Amino acid sequence: MLSAQGFGGPGKMKEYHYAGAVEHKFSPYAFNGGTVLAVAGEDFAIVASDTRLSEGYSIHSRDSPKCYKLTDTTVIGCSGFHGDCLTLTKIIDARLKMYKHSNNKTMTSGAIAAMLSTILYSRRFFPYYVYNIIGGLDEEGKGAVYSFDPVGSYQRDTYKAGGSASAMLQPLLDNQIGFKNMEGVQHLPLTQEKAVQLVKDVFISAAERDVYTGDALRVCVITKDGINEQTIPLRKD
Amino acid sequence: RHQKKKSLLTKNDFGHYFRKVVIFSWALTAASCSVEQHCGQSDSKPTSVPLPFPMAHGTTTLAFMFQGGVLAAADTRSSCSGLVACPASQKILPIHSHLVGTTSGTSADCALWKRILSRELRLYQLRYGRRLSTRGAAKLLSHMLHPFKGTELCVAATLCGFSGPSLFYVCSDGTRLEGSLFSVGSGSPYAYSILDQGVRWGLTVEEATSIAREAVYRATHRDAYSGNFVDVYHVTSKGWTRRTREDLKEEYYREKEKRRLERETRGTALSG
Repeated sequence: MLSAQGFGGPGKMKEYHYAGAVEHKFSPYAFNGGTVLAVAGEDFAIVASDTRLSEGYSIHSRDSPKCYKLTDTTVIGCSGFHGDCLTLTKIIDARLKMYKHSNNKTMTSGAIAAMLSTILYSRRFFPYYVYNIIGGLDEEGKGAVYSFDPVGSYQRDTYKAGGSASAMLQPLLDNQIGFKNMEGVQHLPLTQEKAVQLVKDVFISAAERDVYTGDALRVCVITKDGINEQTIPLRKD
Repeated sequence: RHQKKKSLLTKNDFGHYFRKVVIFSWALTAASCSVEQHCGQSDSKPTSVPLPFPMAHGTTTLAFMFQGGVLAAADTRSSCSGLVACPASQKILPIHSHLVGTTSGTSADCALWKRILSRELRLYQLRYGRRLSTRGAAKLLSHMLHPFKGTELCVAATLCGFSGPSLFYVCSDGTRLEGSLFSVGSGSPYAYSILDQGVRWGLTVEEATSIAREAVYRATHRDAYSGNFVDVYHVTSKGWTRRTREDLKEEYYREKEKRRLERETRGTALSG
């Protein structure tokens, strides 16, 4: 759980820091990095994530994608603490099965979002340290993106970035997809090809400036024909 | 020593919140959650498990009564200690057709507790055949939040309803007040100054709407944690209606243009 803070041993680092008594408390959380992005189009949705799993200064894995397929029309991206991501996706899968068995139908994206909100809030006083973004198609076949905070507050968006590089990516998406902060620009609807290209460009930029993002990019494109996955290499340094 | 925490949301009957909730046996500190609480300072409060992330906070919401019903207005910025987590969040949530609640504090807490309140009000309506009054809904919310007093839960809501126009302020530290004018959040001092100047009982709906919009606009101008858009809801005996969301950036430029024109005409009047 502790990150590799002292290369050369604990004594060596402390020479450059305040050398007084420091209390280290056990923290049940760790930050494993990673960025997730979701974009909703007219009849498609895209969920993309990088595949780097890091902790402190180390990389645990270069092939740990953060998109998880829930149903044929919904994909969830979870970034933050990997342990909580795994448990949360297991719980969601179990709840999906239970719903399928009791109601004889698959959960819709909106229903999954509402359920996830209550699952996250049930742990209000010891939260899941996960930033979730659900991407999928709603009942009418239109793209839907639902973004969450770690304790369950959620809403439906057109596009959202979450995770370590979210503060860098969100303004870029606001500008390119939302046409914010631009005057006199024609608001063209987003096509699927343009959206996929934009997502790739955005992640390449994120990998340049965020140390926790990189290695490879996994893009899941959700349309009424199913979920199409692609993997694109990113910077490995 | 670790007491098993039961799910908050396994509810079977009316008064169960008081029995089933068991709080962690770790040290819990009293959370100060006053009306003027400045957003983004949840990280400095000691909590039972030190959280690695900040909660979403900070807002300007207001509500007042007048002859035409109750008006509620709020900004739409959801901030997370410095980052704008969402520029277009909904801070006024309808609870049922004749009751609307403004939310301030942690967004997740407000959203979920409003949902729980809607459910309980609907159950009341089905069991007793009549709608619970706004006063009753305020008392219900206050009593539901009471077991969590002292924890880091932060909900400061004003309930605006129409069983006769009524307005109640409920806070997770236990406050429950009836009044005719409330403003909650980090931008509330600025909003209060506009409201105290203009709100009277005899306002028309248009005048009241413009005062509410103006108050939120001035608050967003001065408060860093409020901004983006303004939502206005109007509750009458026929139910609530919502005005289309307005971008305050446009409002700012419109006002600047108006001032510029005024200065020009004044300049020509003086010189001419």
